Order: sequence, then structure tokens, then C-alpha cells
Amino acid sequence: MTASSRLGALSLVAAAALLAASAQAADHVKVGLMSTLSGPGAGLGVDIRDGFQLAMKHNGGKLGTLPAEVIVVDDQMSPDAAKQTAERLIKRDNVDFMTGVVFSNIMLAVAPAVFQSKTFYLSANAGPSQLAGAQCNPYFFSVSYQNDNMHEAVGKVVNDKGFKKVALLAPNYPAGKDALAGFKRYYKGEIVQEVYTPLSQLDYGAELSNLRASGADAVYIFLPGGLGINFIKQFVGAGLSKDMTLFGPGFSADEDVIRAVGEPMLGMFNSSQWGHDMDNVANKRFVADFQKEYGRLPTLYAAQGYDAAQLMNAAVRDVKGKIEDKQAVRKALKAAKFDSVRGNFKFNTNQFPIQDYYLRVIGKDSQGRITNKTLSTIFKDHGDAYSEQCKMPS
Amino acid sequence: MTGILILEQMLNGLQFGLMLFLLAAGLTLVFGIMDMINLAHGSLYMVGAYLIATIAAASGSFWLGLGGGILATAAVGVLLEVTVLRRLYQRDHLAQVLGTFAILLMANEGVRMVWGSQPLQLNPPAALAGPVELLPGFVYPAFRLFIIGVGLAVALLLYLLVTHTRIGMQVRAGASNREMALAMGTNVRRLFTALFALGAALCAVAGGMLGPLLAVQVGMGESILILAFVVIVIGGIGSIRGALLGALLVGVVDTAGRTLIPLLFGHLMGPAAASNAGPAVASILIYVLMAAVLFWKPQGLFPAHG
Repeated sequence: MTASSRLGALSLVAAAALLAASAQAADHVKVGLMSTLSGPGAGLGVDIRDGFQLAMKHNGGKLGTLPAEVIVVDDQMSPDAAKQTAERLIKRDNVDFMTGVVFSNIMLAVAPAVFQSKTFYLSANAGPSQLAGAQCNPYFFSVSYQNDNMHEAVGKVVNDKGFKKVALLAPNYPAGKDALAGFKRYYKGEIVQEVYTPLSQLDYGAELSNLRASGADAVYIFLPGGLGINFIKQFVGAGLSKDMTLFGPGFSADEDVIRAVGEPMLGMFNSSQWGHDMDNVANKRFVADFQKEYGRLPTLYAAQGYDAAQLMNAAVRDVKGKIEDKQAVRKALKAAKFDSVRGNFKFNTNQFPIQDYYLRVIGKDSQGRITNKTLSTIFKDHGDAYSEQCKMPS
Repeated sequence: MTGILILEQMLNGLQFGLMLFLLAAGLTLVFGIMDMINLAHGSLYMVGAYLIATIAAASGSFWLGLGGGILATAAVGVLLEVTVLRRLYQRDHLAQVLGTFAILLMANEGVRMVWGSQPLQLNPPAALAGPVELLPGFVYPAFRLFIIGVGLAVALLLYLLVTHTRIGMQVRAGASNREMALAMGTNVRRLFTALFALGAALCAVAGGMLGPLLAVQVGMGESILILAFVVIVIGGIGSIRGALLGALLVGVVDTAGRTLIPLLFGHLMGPAAASNAGPAVASILIYVLMAAVLFWKPQGLFPAHG
């Protein structure tokens, strides 16, 4: 062994010792926030990030007792790029928690690497059925919802309001079909039309003409982001809003969509587990400070980002900063001892939420702004349809 | 299937086709005459829509926004041509694709920096916001009728410009044989810049027409750019007439496919299978059309060259 190689070996040992030392005594906590921050879906990721950062500000830059470092990265809305970026967060940055992904296909792409590294993932939006059912995992917590929930809630409302003929419209991709399946789980009336359009379709002229001819009395759309904006504008322009009632999940009728569409959105019913007008202390503080900080009303995504941070905060606090004890952290996360901005919140056996879902309608508030108003409770303590397929290791 | 529904769908197809024409016209001129593949064409459409939405919001008038936005976008087009694209004319197509793709990415991020990633609001003027009753029992959105009118007017103007003016003559000469047009003393530099400004202005018109129907958001140019390319391949590269007919063909085939194929499949295989296969077939229909045109008429339906 030459001198230089001995030196090399020595420094390796020293480095390993240092690494071990840092792993034992956590003096700070690292969070990897990977979200969609560029491309057409960026508005959603930006809201999750801003909500999360607002919570960090409220907590004085700390999670529990530990100073926290939040590493914000872009997944570019691409599963491949997301996979590489997640690997980097896990292996190079050694993050303790991850959060932020908006889209379910990206969530499914990064999940294996996250679970293998035993990094806790707190989802601030994506809640794919796979991770709620057979592929559920001790390291995955959904702080948002299971993807079907919103659609189930609207299905129940449409059913209870006594609509008899409903037309359904969704993009032709897995989440679109899941959405309509969720709707149909609770809607028992006649479905006069079930239309799937390409994800890239911009103009719904042909579908609207068919809709008029179908004689439906209600329409349910699951059209995320720009698709929903296009559809709603054209729906109102075609004068169909007089003949049929428009329903959507909360994210098709959230503040970002309202900002882009404006007046035509008035009167649209939608479902959500949260509303910015909900009356609890945590929510009032969140909504007021979000507007002060960013100059706009928070969306569902922002609320979920905020809650994800608060749940992390509670878990680190309850294990007294000993985040290397994974079992204890998991137990603390599962206890969900934080003040959610949506009020009522607890975890199911599959670590997805059991929570209430509300009916909202878009109207004008006291200041004349067009925004969502929470009307009534649709589901109380609602879980999801997949928890029974989940054999969660204890 | 009633007569009114068929009529309504015909209008839908016409309107969709005319909007594609506005984009394809600029693209086909640039491609056919300058032999330049411009992937950033869709970005001009996006920038146009953003400028129109911004000016309309600031001034409170859709019409002011439309006029101002079109002029501003033409200026952006000229700036782009003079500073960057001019240097790409002599390069091969690969360099052009890479260069203009870079512009596309930069335009997207630039727009995000200026306007943010949330979509912008652009609503039609109040007079055109609702539906109108064309026949008893046949209502149609007023704004779509307006789009059809604008599309036809622009097509007519372009026709007059290309067939009855000196610059149009130079354009036709350039499209059918560039070297010869050069040799005959056409000021190509100025012609190209003017063409580019025209293409950009047409993009902005399309942005202003489609903005109130669709979302004004980052990345809106890409999906429509692909359709515009399909149109010019079908119509024949460099030919305005080809672009118009190609666009109408794509518009009508696409609309008819989305209406009829699910119905047809529903009758043939039952609703469950139809809801799976119908949308898939309908969405590839225009590409099938393009493949068929390429097979029988590789130059497109109305080629400008020779």
C-alpha cells in the first residue's frame, strides 16, 4: 500500500465516520420539495410550494425543534426527469422528508426509489389508487385525498339533487377514467353520454353540440387546468348553462381557474375537502397570510402544501427531533396531531385521509370577488374505496 | 341525428379550420419561401394572446387589446427575425429546428417570468359573449360566428395580397423558385422580414380569436403548432390556397370524426367498447388523413413548387 493510497483509505474511513455521526445526531432536518414548477401545470406546483413555504415561515423556519432546510426542485412534469431528480434528493442531499408532486403519473414513477430509501413521503396532492390499495406503503402519507374522492362526492350530490340525465366528460387517460368511475360509484341515475377527449384537445365545439342534442340536465367534467378553462368558457358561450347544471371536482373550479375565466364560472358546483372560507383558526391565519404574502387567494393545492408542512412539523416535534427513529416518526405522522386548515383530519389504515368533503359553489363574496363559497357537507369522515386492498405492515 | 346538429357541427368544423388557417398561413409562407422550419411560430401565437389579454385588461376594451396586441406581436416577430432567425436561413434544417426549439423554450419561460404561471383572463366583448339564434331551435355562440367571419375576411385579404399585389407576386415567385426570384432582383431580406411580420400578426389574430375560447396560458402554442404543421403538409408547403383548404379539411374531418365515430362505434360494438375505441380513433383521424395525402400526393394537395 503506497502512502497516498493509505491516505485515501484513511480519509474514506474518516468520511464514513463523519457520515455516521451526522446520521445519528440530527441537528437539522432536510425536506425535498419536488413539484411541477415549469410547463403548463406549473400553476399547481407553485401553489403547493408557496403554501409549504408559508407554513415554514409561520414555524420560524423550523420543523419541530430542528432548523429545517427545504430544497425546492422542478419535476418538469416529466416522469423521467422526476425520477432522476428524486434520486438526487435521496442520495446526494439525504433528505428526511419529501413532498410536492402534483401529478399521479409522476408520483407513481418516483415512489419505488422513495420507498426503497425509507424516506417519508407526504403527498400534497397526488393520491393514486395504486398507493391507496395493493401498493400501499408505510412511507407514504397522503395529506390531500385519494384521487377518486372528489368525483365520488360530486356523484353523490348530483344523485341527491335529483338529476336524472347526466353527461360525463373527461380526458382520455388513466386519471380521467378513474374520475368518471369514482363519479359513477355514487351516481345511480342515467348517463346519457360518456365522452373522452384527447388530453391535447383545445376546442370542445363538437362535444358541446352533441351535449345540446343529448338533452342532459347536468354535466360533470373532470378537466384539469387549461382544459377546464377552455371547456367552461365555451360551455357558457354556447348558452348551455341555461339548460344544464355544470358540476366539477374542486380543482376544475379552483381560484386559478376562476382567475382565468371570470364571470362565466358563476354558479358552478364543485366538491372539495377544504374551502378558503372555512371557519377555523388555522385556516383563517393561513388564508389571510397567504393573501398578504402572495397577493392572491390560495387554492386547494396551497392548502395541501401548507398542511403537509404542518404535519411534518407535528411529527418532528412529537419525536423530539429524533428523526432517525423511523418507527417513531411514522407513528407520529400517523397520529396527525396538527391543526389542519380543513378542520377534521385523520389517517385511515392505508395512510390516506379520512375527512369531510364539502359542496362549494362559485359566487360573489362580500367584497364582490368571484370565488368559491362552501355550502354544505357531502361526506362526513369519508375514506376511500381501496383501503381494504391495502395490507399495510404495522 | 338531426339536421340542426349536422349544421352546427359543420359550423364548428369551419370555425376550427379557419383558426388553423391563420396559423398555418404564416407557417407555410416561412417554410415554403424561406425554406425555414420555425418551431417558434406557436410561441408568437402565445405571445400574441398574452399581449392582447394584457392590453385588453389594462384598457378595458377587447377591441383595443386586439388591435394593440396584433401590432405589438408583429413588432416582436420583426425583432425575432432581425436578431436571430435571419442567421438561421443558410443553415440546414436540423440547426433551424434546434435554434427555433430553443426560442420556443425561452419564450415559454420568458412569458412565465413576465406574467406568471397562472392562466390569464381574456373574455369576449359583451356583445358577442352569448349565443344567437340563427334558425328557430338552432342557437350558436355569437363569438364563434365572429371567428368564422374574421377567418373568411383574413383569407380573402391574403388572397388579394398574394394574387393582386407586387409583394404578393414576389412571394409567389419566391415560393416556386427562390433562386430565380433572387436573380430577378427581389429584395429578399426585406421581403422575408415583411413576411415574418405578417406571419406574426396572423398568429396574434388567431391568439385574439381563440383566447376568449381557450385558456391563455404558457405552452398554448405547442399543441396547436402540431396541427398547423399537419395542415401545411396536407395543403402543400408554401401555398396559401393549400393552407386554406388543408385547414378546412382538417377542421371538418376532425369535428366530424369526433361526432360520428363514437356514434358509429356505439352501434357496432356497444357503448362500453365504443367509449374506449371511439376517442382513440377520432383523435388519430387527421393523422390518417395526412398519411393518406402523403401516400397519394407526396407534394400535398396544392403544391406551390413546380
